[in-house]
Amino acid sequence: MSVATQDTAVSTGRITRTFIYLILLLFALFYLLPLYVMGINSVKPLSEITGGNMMSLPNEWTLDPWRSAWSTAQIGVQATGLKPYFLTSILMVVPAVAISTILGAINGYILTKWRFKGDTIIFGLMLFSCFIPFQIVLIPMARVLGMLGLAGSVPGLILVHVVYGLGFSTLYFRNYYAAFPTELVRAAQIDGAGFFRIFWRIMLPVSGPIAVVCVIWQFTNIWNDFLFGASFGGTTQPMTVALNNLVQSSTGVKEYNVHFAAAILAAIPTLIVYIVAGRYFVRGLMAGSVKG
Amino acid sequence: MGFLDIKNVTKSYGAVKVLHTVDISVEEGEFLVLVGPSGCGKSTLLNMIAGLESISGGEIAIKDRVVNGVHPSKRNIAMVFQSYALYPNMTVGQNITFGLEMHGTPKPERDRALADVAKLLQIDHLIDRKPGQLSGGQRQRVAMGRALVRDPDVFLFDEPLSNLDAKLRVDMRTEIKKLHHKLKRTIVYVTHDQIEAMTLSTRIAVMNKGYVQQLGTPKEIYDSPANLFVATFMGSPAMNIIPAKLAVDQGRAWAEITDAAGKPLRLGFSSGNYTAWDGRDILLGIRPEAITDPEGADRNSHNVQPLHNMVTVTEPAGADTFVTMTLSGKDVIARMRADADVHAHQAFDFAVNMEKAVAFDPKTGDRIQV
Repeated sequence: MSVATQDTAVSTGRITRTFIYLILLLFALFYLLPLYVMGINSVKPLSEITGGNMMSLPNEWTLDPWRSAWSTAQIGVQATGLKPYFLTSILMVVPAVAISTILGAINGYILTKWRFKGDTIIFGLMLFSCFIPFQIVLIPMARVLGMLGLAGSVPGLILVHVVYGLGFSTLYFRNYYAAFPTELVRAAQIDGAGFFRIFWRIMLPVSGPIAVVCVIWQFTNIWNDFLFGASFGGTTQPMTVALNNLVQSSTGVKEYNVHFAAAILAAIPTLIVYIVAGRYFVRGLMAGSVKG
Repeated sequence: MGFLDIKNVTKSYGAVKVLHTVDISVEEGEFLVLVGPSGCGKSTLLNMIAGLESISGGEIAIKDRVVNGVHPSKRNIAMVFQSYALYPNMTVGQNITFGLEMHGTPKPERDRALADVAKLLQIDHLIDRKPGQLSGGQRQRVAMGRALVRDPDVFLFDEPLSNLDAKLRVDMRTEIKKLHHKLKRTIVYVTHDQIEAMTLSTRIAVMNKGYVQQLGTPKEIYDSPANLFVATFMGSPAMNIIPAKLAVDQGRAWAEITDAAGKPLRLGFSSGNYTAWDGRDILLGIRPEAITDPEGADRNSHNVQPLHNMVTVTEPAGADTFVTMTLSGKDVIARMRADADVHAHQAFDFAVNMEKAVAFDPKTGDRIQV
């Protein structure tokens, strides 16, 4: 730090500083408010919510809404809770994220290090998929899934999400690998490493940051997707669809506390991905490979 | 048949020809330097020897085996890259032995080879570090270690010193020369630095615009450049090129030029039959160090001629003093001893060593062979 920047930093007085922190705190509280409301209302009996005390702490603490949301709530026609749908979501998300990330990495590797005639056109076409609205492909996709015999199944959903995710994951990895020195690949070729060996031993170990970005992006998108899940899920519907069915049901009593618990349950996996993967956003992995 | 044969090799990208019929035969143990300005095709040629670029025409043979189309790893070559191209995720030791590992050399043998090379290059203490923790000079050594450990037939160097600072570059240059003396391996070395080319090589190929302009020993290249390009590219400051008229008088060829005031004067060539050029325009080429003060003139030369002229500028550079004057309307640089008593805007008696003078055809730019 140079003296000059310290000067400007210190010159903000104590009062200004307090003021700044107060405002920041206020905003933080404001943004935390929804989580607070969801949190406290998910541990209250329903009577306390309908009594009109949304903001106050529960008089009687209970985990029943959580149990109900997880295993007994009425979803559609069956009282299964979110558990089976959560499982479907996991079974769909994990392979879809893994496959689209790995394929994206290989695509990026080929498009930057094994250039061929027309590679930019192919990349352009793949990029195109990032801009196609989901709704447009619903009917053709349904046809394709039907022909493949994957309609209404988890593998079908995985296929849909992989196809849609490829555009983004290829974009991420291609741009990342474009900055990766080609001389390293040439050196490895002379050293006798083949196509996959170079990918595995040279490229992947330094792809951490972009892989994390890609995984976060894909996971969030696929986990939160509703349209494809509702359209192609059939009997194996993901978490988002189940949550919708639970919250939107127009018969019976609206169990707000259960709804809150279910919504948090649906959000937890993406939160975990952000918290865990965010730590691996380490820069500077490339330091030292080339001059500098 | 040489050790590495480059026979009528051409390279084109579509309709653009970047390399025109290169024909070089490298003997075992030779240190061949490809030198030229950027875009001359020297790196392309090196990459073709390495197998990183395809060969459009002709053939390249290593130890009498034609390697066109042979995968880089099967040519028994090793390459040192300009950027070093060290694998950032591997330690120095892993970097050096990666090639051996890929070729299926067993671990104990790899370790032994690593220890030998690390000792040779004095990097034994760095084995467990990552490239990011090394200085430029150390990375350079690791890059060389990676090439040495393979024990290849041919070493290829692609401007390996251009990323180092000036002092380190000179040190590493000496290191490379020592290594070559010690190991006596065949090396092809690409650089744009003519000093590296002169100091390191046993032979130089000067390239420009896809053509090999001249192939010869450093002395041949320096003293008898084939054309104007080679003459001006090799040497710093560049060779002085002075427009002149050739006259044959009393059985001797003279270059007629004018001094700073426009007064005619002439310098006699040492030998050679220039009769065909009598009365025609030529370009006279004189190296800066061939123009000195009379005391500093080469005592072994049989043809030192006086030249009285006005000094435009003097530039003391420590070891030498560079003196600029005007001859035939062109700036001409002379390289003097540091303590030569020469001053700007004063007349001075120069001594020109005409034994080292060369003449060029102004139309073709080729040296006039006599």
